[in-house]
Amino acid sequence: MKKIKIGDLEKIREKARRTSSLRQNKARARITVHMGTCGIAAGARKILTALLDEVGQNNLDDVIVTTSGCAGLCSREPMATVEIEDEPPVKYVDLTNEKIKEILNEHIIKGNIVKEYALAIGSERTH
Amino acid sequence: MKEYRLHTLICAGTGCVACGALDVKEELEKEIVKQGLEDEVKVVTTGCQGFCERGPIVIVQPGDIFYQRVSKEDIPHLVEEHLLKGRPVKSLMYVPGPEKPPIPTMMDIGFFKHQRLLVLKNRGRLDPENIEEYIGFDGYRGLEKALAEMTPEEIIKEIKDSGLRGRGGAGFPTGLKWELCRKSPDEIKYIVCNGDEGDPGAFMDRSILEADPHAVIEGMIIGGKAIGAHKGFIYVRNEYPLAVKRLKIALSQAEEYGLLGKDILGTGFDFPIEVIQGAGAFVCGEETALLKSVEGKVGRPRPRPPYPTEKGLWGKPTNINNVETWANVPAIILRSAEWFSSIGTEKSKGTKIFSLVGKINNTGLVEVPMGITLREIVFDIGGGIADDEEFKGVQLGGPSGGILTEEHLDTSVDYESLTEAGAIMGSGGMVVLSENDCMVDTARYFLNFIQEESCGKCTPCRVGSKRMLEILDRIVEGRAEEDDLKKLKILAEKVKKYSLCGLGQTAPNPVLTTLRYFEDEYKAHIEEKRCPAKVCKNLFKYVITDRCTGCTFCVRNCPTDAIEGEVGNKHKIIQEDCTKCGTCLEVCPVDAVEAVDNE
Ligand SMILES: Cc1cc2nc3c(=O)[nH]c(=O)nc-3n(C[C@H](O)[C@H](O)[C@H](O)COP(=O)(O)O)c2cc1C
Repeated sequence: MKKIKIGDLEKIREKARRTSSLRQNKARARITVHMGTCGIAAGARKILTALLDEVGQNNLDDVIVTTSGCAGLCSREPMATVEIEDEPPVKYVDLTNEKIKEILNEHIIKGNIVKEYALAIGSERTH
Repeated sequence: MKEYRLHTLICAGTGCVACGALDVKEELEKEIVKQGLEDEVKVVTTGCQGFCERGPIVIVQPGDIFYQRVSKEDIPHLVEEHLLKGRPVKSLMYVPGPEKPPIPTMMDIGFFKHQRLLVLKNRGRLDPENIEEYIGFDGYRGLEKALAEMTPEEIIKEIKDSGLRGRGGAGFPTGLKWELCRKSPDEIKYIVCNGDEGDPGAFMDRSILEADPHAVIEGMIIGGKAIGAHKGFIYVRNEYPLAVKRLKIALSQAEEYGLLGKDILGTGFDFPIEVIQGAGAFVCGEETALLKSVEGKVGRPRPRPPYPTEKGLWGKPTNINNVETWANVPAIILRSAEWFSSIGTEKSKGTKIFSLVGKINNTGLVEVPMGITLREIVFDIGGGIADDEEFKGVQLGGPSGGILTEEHLDTSVDYESLTEAGAIMGSGGMVVLSENDCMVDTARYFLNFIQEESCGKCTPCRVGSKRMLEILDRIVEGRAEEDDLKKLKILAEKVKKYSLCGLGQTAPNPVLTTLRYFEDEYKAHIEEKRCPAKVCKNLFKYVITDRCTGCTFCVRNCPTDAIEGEVGNKHKIIQEDCTKCGTCLEVCPVDAVEAVDNE
């Protein structure tokens, strides 16, 4: 390892911050892939892997990818919900690898909802 | 670059490791591979989370989900449900009391919610054996600033303005000590970190070194620059193998990165640090004794002045600070004195770490802002007294400290208020006592500790503490005479006044404060041969009441066969054979065993 000088620390910090950003609670957006038994049977694992690859390739360290249980609409799995700060969540259905990549690029990066894959905007009432 | 979607943080502090955290980690890694999640879920071992009573602890991020008392057997379910399917597992969450719902997130748990983490901010969130993680969380930015933008005088001014005071016991202003050492005329100067941590029950320094060793190292290098010192020593007791290991890893990584040793960050400043392992004598925590021990001589104190800032290691000016003090330094330099001094009270700034133990529901390590009340620590963070017993007092500051009572619960936790009430901040030991603790026995416990740890150099401490202990032995055994209390008080004053070092000077404190607030209890022991808390074995007996159903459970469990009785008949304790171990009291299903005064 080459000894570092004043100023070099910032580079290490940038790199390290990316790998630990999940622990710093600084997410701008969250994508939840629904992974109930139905979702997994319909191919949700593949979707998740494709999504993580794409997030990594785009260096999106402020985007959180998570999983959750069945969203209740098993016939339209695989499904994912996209939540962006201060905007209502959007549920996408009948996903494929290509669709999830497109959603990532259009909705998360550029901010345009991909209407043709979206099921609904907003969520059920929980209170 | 590989992106993980989840991080599972496993506490690998000494407490959790003792409870099997490493087995849990191994199982977790195995199970993650089994479920094909190894590219999605990262496993990180971290320093102590502080809630040791609940270990092993696993936290899942993002989401801050807190799992406690996790065993190997729980892992397959946890991995499938939470890590794969995203459904947090309720059965492993913290439940704050009977019939209360489990609490999923860490910050909603009372134990964590009321804490304020400055020194321990990295506990449980980074891997202490990986310097890049420390750097990622703003590590070494304070050092960079100190070396690139500040003069030594400016660094010292910042520390002085912050109001930081020593966390090792006495609370001496840190910036002032640095200034004295800087001004001592000598070419060669040293810096020492005091990690002896001898107070019984205290483990904050160990925890800092285990969880965030780089914070201490960074603080010392900044101090070295400010003081103009030329080498640093970290003195750690041998009983802390994990702390020593992590410290050594951290030191070699820092050196490899050019943050320690020669020409730090290319600025021309040289500062190496060496770890010294002490044998773990309490007196070696005292600064002059510690310096002798670092020199390789017998660790015995000497009179001050001269203070170490004038004549320390090998006669050279030496600045010694406690582990927690050093760990406060980087953030002050990075974030400013103004920020630091906005936390706390007028004269006590920042936070203090306490090891919260005794008769309390949530035992562990807590960091709180100065100025918090004892009540908040005991009841909001500690969750109140265990087993629904009544609160009786808190013992603060270890064997040099004192006991405070109910009337002090609203006392502000700061150097002045605690001293005024008769205790000390000390290094942060906090033992909570209930109605079932005997104050005389508690005072005896601490004095016994002191008596064994006295180095023997001066007579008041060596002989005085021995005579005091003998009197306390007579009191707890029911052999005391009327004038023993008077003798005890006189001795206590003399030992306090004439001992050579802080060990002897503070040794009588537990006796003096218990006498001040619980003299009745001493009198009950001496005059009535009675121990009100039923702790001192010669002064009470166990009896079996009419509630006994004759189940023979106690008969079968008594280790000395001191209970006779047959099925269906009331049992009886044979007093001559009873050792008062209390087993019968614990096992009786109908609460028929009672502790009563001797007739
Ligand atoms: C008997 C005795 C034991 C001590 N043990 C410790 C100890 O374990 N750790 C510690 O930091 N200071 C201990 N001290 C206090 C040190 O002498 C010294 O004041 C302290 O290390 C200074 O650092 P600070 O200003 O950062 O608190 C002890 C003092 C006495 C009298």
